[in-house]
Amino acid sequence: MRPFLDNRNALGLAFMLPAAALLLVFLTYPLGLGLWLGFTDARIGRPGHWIGIDNFESLFGDSLARLSLFNTLFYTVIASVVKFALGLWLALLLNRHLPFKAFLRAIVLLPFIVPTALSAIAFWWIYDAQFSVVSWLLVKMGLIDTYIDFLGEPWMARFSTIAANVWRGVPFVAICLLAGLQTISPTLYEAAALDGATEWQKFRHVTLPMLTPIIAVVMTFSVLFTFTDFQLIYVLTRGGPLNATHLMATLSFQRAIPGGNLGEGAALAMAMAPFLLAAILFSYFGLQRRAWQQGGGDK
Amino acid sequence: MASVTLSAVRKSFGSTEVVHGVDIGVEDGEFCVLVGPSGCGKSTLLRMIAGLEEISGGRIAIGERVVNGVAPKERDIAMVFQNYALYPHMSVYDNMAFSLMLAGESREQTRLRVEEAALILGLEEYLRRYPRQLSGGQRQRVAMGRAIVRKPQVFLFDEPLSNLDAKLRVAMRTEIKALHQRLRTTSVYVTHDQIEAMTMADKIVVMNAGRVEQIGAPLELYDDPANQFVAGFIGSPAMNFLAGRMARNGAGFAVAVGGGVHLPIPVRAEIPEGREVVVGVRPEHFVVADDGVPAEVVVVEPTGADTQIFCKLAGVDVTAVVRERHAFRPGAAVRLKPQLTFLFDPASGTRLA
Repeated sequence: MRPFLDNRNALGLAFMLPAAALLLVFLTYPLGLGLWLGFTDARIGRPGHWIGIDNFESLFGDSLARLSLFNTLFYTVIASVVKFALGLWLALLLNRHLPFKAFLRAIVLLPFIVPTALSAIAFWWIYDAQFSVVSWLLVKMGLIDTYIDFLGEPWMARFSTIAANVWRGVPFVAICLLAGLQTISPTLYEAAALDGATEWQKFRHVTLPMLTPIIAVVMTFSVLFTFTDFQLIYVLTRGGPLNATHLMATLSFQRAIPGGNLGEGAALAMAMAPFLLAAILFSYFGLQRRAWQQGGGDK
Repeated sequence: MASVTLSAVRKSFGSTEVVHGVDIGVEDGEFCVLVGPSGCGKSTLLRMIAGLEEISGGRIAIGERVVNGVAPKERDIAMVFQNYALYPHMSVYDNMAFSLMLAGESREQTRLRVEEAALILGLEEYLRRYPRQLSGGQRQRVAMGRAIVRKPQVFLFDEPLSNLDAKLRVAMRTEIKALHQRLRTTSVYVTHDQIEAMTMADKIVVMNAGRVEQIGAPLELYDDPANQFVAGFIGSPAMNFLAGRMARNGAGFAVAVGGGVHLPIPVRAEIPEGREVVVGVRPEHFVVADDGVPAEVVVVEPTGADTQIFCKLAGVDVTAVVRERHAFRPGAAVRLKPQLTFLFDPASGTRLA
């Protein structure tokens, strides 16, 4: 035992083992299994046979799969843009000297803390065709005559689920951007004020560029979360009406578990990977690395 | 270029007043240094001139124009901050060009002005670099370059050298002074370092606890301090103070500083005998002489050019700086004689003689 413990490398390896085991069991194995299943015709209760890229080929011709891709892209793009805009706005507001600052910041985090399934149920009620509080309020205010069918019509359902996703995702964006804003030295704004910058110019030339590294990280995460969203959709609409809100994640689950086609579901899930990879690469190369951050040395 | 006039300027944060009615006149082209211990209100005053702090009372005028309600960018001033406040995401060139860009200056004009400033400050080679890639002294120069390109009426400096190491601080001090002699732009410079104040200023404003203690040329303050605070603040090492009573010393005057020691006063002072006074002696005004008062050497610090002797005189710590080389040992007796003294009122600190 002693020589083993005295060996730096052996000891290091031993310490790494628990983490490596966790990664292998809970990350690499499911991912590998999913990838493997995507190339088989496995069904529930029957181990599959290797069928090459048949699953992927059939996905190309599958109008529902293509619809789910459109839905996912639409959902991700709109929700992310709105989350970014609202989150930045909220962060800028919270960065000011407000009364009860700590309390307000805690409140903002609430939607993020509530379990998704729970808040989805709350939204289910808010969007209910008969009991919607929003419809009730609008009717009482005399703005509309009949109750809105939030989840009953394709486009209405798309926007309603996006709204729920935005509600849930804004706190994350806002708090992260707030943390970024607080790293910007106040003297920079004073210097900009003396240089003749208006409030907008200060935002445009100081705040925004200094925030880009954090924006890149936050929005990458936000896009990944949104693109792979499952819980909210599954509780609110189960992909309906007319598959209008089926995302790739929900459709993949639908096909694999209730539908029993493990291979097809896995292939659909795998088809999300290139989009996610693209999002990561875009933020990594496009936004994150800037010369001014790297500092030091001559160039 | 313009003068800067402060009349009865006050500043309060909530119910706490930190600047209590300050009157300062800085003439056109003058280099004025506000100096005082930290918390004396000098930086607040500078920020009020810049427009970064609201003025709670009184008037600030730049040239003929009262600027109390004027936004910082309308005041035609430039400021160099203690931490430089360079935009980290902009190159040196863009940092210097930023204000011109905002003012809608043409590309060609901007380039000329930035290059001119870079030439003055020796920054031509660094224009493409980012602030992170520069040393402290270079960043300091960029901060000054940013001020210069605007050709403002007034330069404001907020402790610009305090982040530099001692050697660079001395070099930059000279550089700033040379720059001022070249551009002749009215400058207001804040520092807590009295040596900076003495070496750079045309006019020094000594501040303490939100009030102006004295305004004058560097040597005026040194030779003729208005009160004990200014006397103690200006000059390095600081002036020695001994409390005592006026007494006669044969034909001349003396101050009985306790322990039977009569410190001779070289000047004739119209102060009644027995009055309590504080006598101030600058370290460099002590000489070692046989007819001096006795003191006990504690520490001797030779610096080469002169020697600092820390000793106990009538139970009080005093410092003497002498040019000649004495081989004193700690604990040895020494006789010190003041050649020049100042007398202050113990209660108010005002100068008596």
